[in-house]
Amino acid sequence: MISAPDVVAFTKEEEYEEEPYNEPTLPEEYSVPLFPFASQGANPWSKLSGAKFSRDFILISEFSEQVGPQPLLTIPNDTKVFGTFDLNYFSLRIMSVDYQASFVGHPPGSAYPKLNFVEDSKVVLGDSKEGAFAYVHHLTLYDLEARGFVRPFCMAYISADQHKIMQQFQELSAEFSRASECLKTGNRKAFAGELEKKLKDLDYTRTVLHTETEIQKKANDKGFYSSQAIEKANELASVEKSIIEHQDLLKQIRSYPHRKLKGSDLCPGEMEHTQDQANQASTTSNPDESADTDLYTCRPAYTPKLIKAKSKCFDKKLKTLEELCDTEYFTQTLAQLSHIEHMFRGDLCYLLTSQIDRALLKQQHITNFLFEDFVEVDDRMVEKQESLLSKPSQDRPPSRSLEECPIPKVLISVGSYKSSVESVLIKMEQELGDEEYKEVEVTELSSFEPQDYLDMDMKGSISSGESIEVLGTEKSTSVLSKSDSQASLTVPLSPQVVRSKAVSHRTISEDSIEVLSTCPSEALIPDDFKSSYPSAINEEESYAEDNEGAIHFEASMSPPELGETEEGSVENTVSQIDSSCCIGKESDSQLVLPSTPAHTHSDEDGVVSIPPQRHRQKDQEFHVDFSVENANLSSQDNSYEGFPAYELDPSHLLASRDISKTSLDNYSDTTSYVSSVASTSSDRIPSAHPAGLSSDKHKKRAGQNALKFIRQYPFAHPAIYSLLSGRTLVVLGEDEAIVRKLVTALAIFVPSYGCYAKPVKHWASSPLHIMDFQKWKLIGLQRVASPAGAGTLHALSRYSRYTSILDLDNKTLRCPLYRGTLVPRLADHRTQIKRGSTYYLHVQSMLTQLCSKAFLYTFCHHLHLPTHDKETEELVASRQASFLKLTLGLVNEDVRVVQYLAELLKLHYMQESPGTNHPMLRFDYVPSFLYKI
Amino acid sequence: MVIFEAVGWDRASRSRGPFTLRQAILILLAPNLRSIRNTCTWGQVWGEAAAGHIAQAPLRFASAGDDGIIFVWNAQTGEKLLELNGHTQKITAIITFPSLESCEEKRQLILTASADRTVIVWDSDTGRQVQRISCFQSTVKCLTVLQRLDVWLSGGNDLCVWNRKLDLLCKTSYLSDTGISALVEIPKNCVVAAAGKELIIFRLVAPTEVSLEWDILEVKRLLDHQDNILSLINVNDLSFVTGSHIGELIIWDALDWTVQAYERNFWDPSPQLDTQQEIKLCQKSNDISIHHFTCDEENVFAAVGRGLYVYNLQMKRVIACQKTAHDSNVLHIAKLPNRQLISCSEDGSVRIWELREKQQLAAEPVPTGFFNMWGFGRVNKQAHQPVKKQQENATSYSLELIGDLIGHSSSVEVFLYFEDHGLVTCSADHLIILWKNGERESRLRSLRLFQKLEENGDLHLAL
Repeated sequence: MISAPDVVAFTKEEEYEEEPYNEPTLPEEYSVPLFPFASQGANPWSKLSGAKFSRDFILISEFSEQVGPQPLLTIPNDTKVFGTFDLNYFSLRIMSVDYQASFVGHPPGSAYPKLNFVEDSKVVLGDSKEGAFAYVHHLTLYDLEARGFVRPFCMAYISADQHKIMQQFQELSAEFSRASECLKTGNRKAFAGELEKKLKDLDYTRTVLHTETEIQKKANDKGFYSSQAIEKANELASVEKSIIEHQDLLKQIRSYPHRKLKGSDLCPGEMEHTQDQANQASTTSNPDESADTDLYTCRPAYTPKLIKAKSKCFDKKLKTLEELCDTEYFTQTLAQLSHIEHMFRGDLCYLLTSQIDRALLKQQHITNFLFEDFVEVDDRMVEKQESLLSKPSQDRPPSRSLEECPIPKVLISVGSYKSSVESVLIKMEQELGDEEYKEVEVTELSSFEPQDYLDMDMKGSISSGESIEVLGTEKSTSVLSKSDSQASLTVPLSPQVVRSKAVSHRTISEDSIEVLSTCPSEALIPDDFKSSYPSAINEEESYAEDNEGAIHFEASMSPPELGETEEGSVENTVSQIDSSCCIGKESDSQLVLPSTPAHTHSDEDGVVSIPPQRHRQKDQEFHVDFSVENANLSSQDNSYEGFPAYELDPSHLLASRDISKTSLDNYSDTTSYVSSVASTSSDRIPSAHPAGLSSDKHKKRAGQNALKFIRQYPFAHPAIYSLLSGRTLVVLGEDEAIVRKLVTALAIFVPSYGCYAKPVKHWASSPLHIMDFQKWKLIGLQRVASPAGAGTLHALSRYSRYTSILDLDNKTLRCPLYRGTLVPRLADHRTQIKRGSTYYLHVQSMLTQLCSKAFLYTFCHHLHLPTHDKETEELVASRQASFLKLTLGLVNEDVRVVQYLAELLKLHYMQESPGTNHPMLRFDYVPSFLYKI
Repeated sequence: MVIFEAVGWDRASRSRGPFTLRQAILILLAPNLRSIRNTCTWGQVWGEAAAGHIAQAPLRFASAGDDGIIFVWNAQTGEKLLELNGHTQKITAIITFPSLESCEEKRQLILTASADRTVIVWDSDTGRQVQRISCFQSTVKCLTVLQRLDVWLSGGNDLCVWNRKLDLLCKTSYLSDTGISALVEIPKNCVVAAAGKELIIFRLVAPTEVSLEWDILEVKRLLDHQDNILSLINVNDLSFVTGSHIGELIIWDALDWTVQAYERNFWDPSPQLDTQQEIKLCQKSNDISIHHFTCDEENVFAAVGRGLYVYNLQMKRVIACQKTAHDSNVLHIAKLPNRQLISCSEDGSVRIWELREKQQLAAEPVPTGFFNMWGFGRVNKQAHQPVKKQQENATSYSLELIGDLIGHSSSVEVFLYFEDHGLVTCSADHLIILWKNGERESRLRSLRLFQKLEENGDLHLAL
């Protein structure tokens, strides 16, 4: 653990079950009065007083086409977590910022509805009134029955700590992208299945209609068609058209490169089948009318149904999220989300240091096995190192230490992006490029100066009469047209919000909506945003002042229990969904149409009409530079085509749309390709929950007990020296609990052999054998009073040469002399450290230092090999000794510690090569001394 | 090569572990199921002989246990190379049959004899059973190879001679019930066999122009021992030594089979120093049985009961001894370079001794097991200094304990010493322990480490 333990420890200690070392209480007059507003033991830095929820949580919302924005589920699914926080209200907020959504529908130039494979948009927003800040991840799922075939969803990570959201943006974005990719993959699969069934229905319907028409024709020989016959013919035509359209949709959804999709079952056979069907299409029909539910019942052989024309049903039950995404994928997503929730628990400071820790540990792959219990298989070491190298300073979080790190690449992309812009010589884009560049810088440095916000963040600001602040957006692209929903929701969509969002004229209102920052890869900021930012600065500053104290010292509010289970949240979802069927709310969503659509549109046109060339260039670069990385970057291409849902009124689908649409079509493939590649990198992650957090308690307790041991026993130093120098320490005692406790505590000083568990045996009751000393370096041994125990003691005294013996009952220690300076620093009985976890970190930090010395010693070539042929071994040995003493500053027995660690390093390094390595018992012949209290 | 460095001797400590061997590594090997009583080693000679060809072959050794299983080990890493299954009862003898240097085929054989009255020949490279000989009337108790003649002999109740192709060339008649317990080669195509109290000299007649048959003839029986002969080894080309159960040590001339020297009094209670020559032994005879010999150019080292004795060939007397070297019978001893000696015992201990010339008696601490030089009384000891000055060959010697190896929990039956790889001890506690010099191993590991770094291209030498 390489970190500043003194600070970190304040942030991660929720309860003190044991406080063994009590300082003498201060006289009353000297004691500092308690923080007056502290309620139930909250610490004075808690910023959460303003927030209505007790800790961070994840909210999934949907913009239902029936009832508007509504929350679907939270993770953890525990009402205690979000408390009185108004989820409905917040859903409204977060759903309304997805103003760059794209659409699906009939583009003017094309005969059939087009699907867009679009990227998710990522927005950071804050609501200072609620004390809530959120990373919001918008995504769109396909639903045949929804308007425009899409249903917008969003996943939000809600925290009371603004800085946490901002600084962890990269990590959040990566994690949520995984979850989203998982959902979307499942959704595509489900959608394709749905389309197939629908096609069968239509085919069947056509057959039936055709037969009926024929019958009518035969019955009717008057030479003219009755109105009934005409109606039938029209109906038939509309069915034909519908078939073509659906076939086209199916083709589109399948054009999504599925080789990358894990578990995708779209096999080639199905494709052929579809094409066969496509050949049969001939007439047109009304595609909008579809009212067939129940398509998801999975029967092996699907029985087609007759589709009745004009059977519009608004009180239909919309599909639940689970239905939309295939249960398997849905569960996987929930697992990923709760993984995210675990991952980002706790205070920002804690997260950052642990990220730095992990990142640095990765680099120390040669030595970190010795004392770190952090063992994680990661084959992308190189990427990690890159990210660390590119880190300008330590205050910047090591972005995505666990996953791929896009930051260096983002920087690269900006550079190349700029140059390409210059070659195009379009002034506006130049500006945009600059802006983007600055944004990147700022995010890199993660500074929070208001000036920076002035430059870039405010541009994206949305202001409204509400207290929503958009803290940042990543270029967003998603297919958003009309949303369908299960309408358990009571919050009606406010027309005002809609207006303020949909219209790109954004003005600062009296309310506290602030865009605090945009993500580095922000693609385009509408021109009209710029006019608004000067006034936004003030707001931002005042905001910053308001929260000044709270920003830095937010205590973690997340209790460490891992009680929430996925099933719980699933159940909750289900119950919500059950209550949500058949609410005729369609009129609600129609209210949503913008009040000043024309104006909006012209603005957007101005933006949209310019870029196609640049898109293309950028796109190429993405493929050249990062074939694997970062779907969200490539999705910039589509951001221009993103239109708010409210502009999808067919009357506004004007000529400009054609341009954007063609470019959109061009990019949909490449974009989807890139995003699919990105999804593969994320595929392996879900459901892998790190066990790290759960061991925190263990660490704390071990640290506490070790501290206690150090204070209690004056001979703690030689005991610890024994452990560090690889001499087995036997802890002898009658009481198993006490022995176990001490063994667990002392285990933090035991170097491991390799990546497996530490060589510690907590409790042994049989006489020790020589093999035990080979296997274990720390043994808890039962002292038995009976004659049987004599054997144990006999064996112990026989092998006393190889062991140090700590007798807990008699409070004695038999072990070699120690006169070094290392252990006193490691285990100072007068230390001011009082908390177990702090001490644990202190130990880890000292041991890391020690490891680096051992590393130096091991890998210095001239120390171990003669520099020339005639050099004697004695000369080499004396060089080693002087290196250890002078360069590493080791005295007396400290040398042995480093030598032992060096041996372990050598063995470990050699082990990587094939070949058997027998464990060996290594010992020094040194006399032992008996210590007593 | 120093395998165990002796640094000091802590007088304060009463335990028997006051030795400061600097560092040692102990590698525990997977055990045989039963106690391990026999080992053999090869590879050193082999490696030298075929330097270009098999130099890479690791030094190996085989261990045979009472469970009838033979394991072949890599002496460097302690890796188990082969497991030879075939015998149903305990192994009584094991020996390697090196290939002839002239021979093209460098196939090395292992011969094992077992209480199941069979001898099995193994291929030491593959572990394959080459042949199994089961025509014995009795258990073969000893095997020996006469490399000069390219034959091997098996000794049981009779003595058989075999060639490399495992044909029985000739055999003696039934010799005795006890059977041959030891067998050594002596010059003039003769072998000495110890059968009970008797030493029997056989001469081997190789085929000549006259007769194409091999033959083995009993030449002489030597009846000088009063009790069963327990040990028999060659001292040099001209003499061999035998030791009996009641502590008789006889050095024989290998050419004319006469007694060169006779030493039988290994019991020397201090009070009766003056009458040492005539003392009848009142101890359990167990205490003076001679279990094992080892020798160098000057001395014969004998494991007598619990003690160790050094018999000087020139002076024809015991020059140093340690009467209670171990708590129990010493089972095996071996000579190290630097006048050092290793012994192992039934009590599970392995100890290292050094034969030192005594310089200053007064300054030397007197250990509990202190012994005096044979033939010198207390009076002599006090007058040691002037004596030494006057008389060159009166230099007194002592066996000093310089280290012990604690690890086995049961009788240590046998050990093997490898010049460069340390020491292998085999015990009845089913363990084989490989003892190594920690400092040397550490150096070797560093060497390998940098080799590996270089292979990986990770080695950057700063200028």
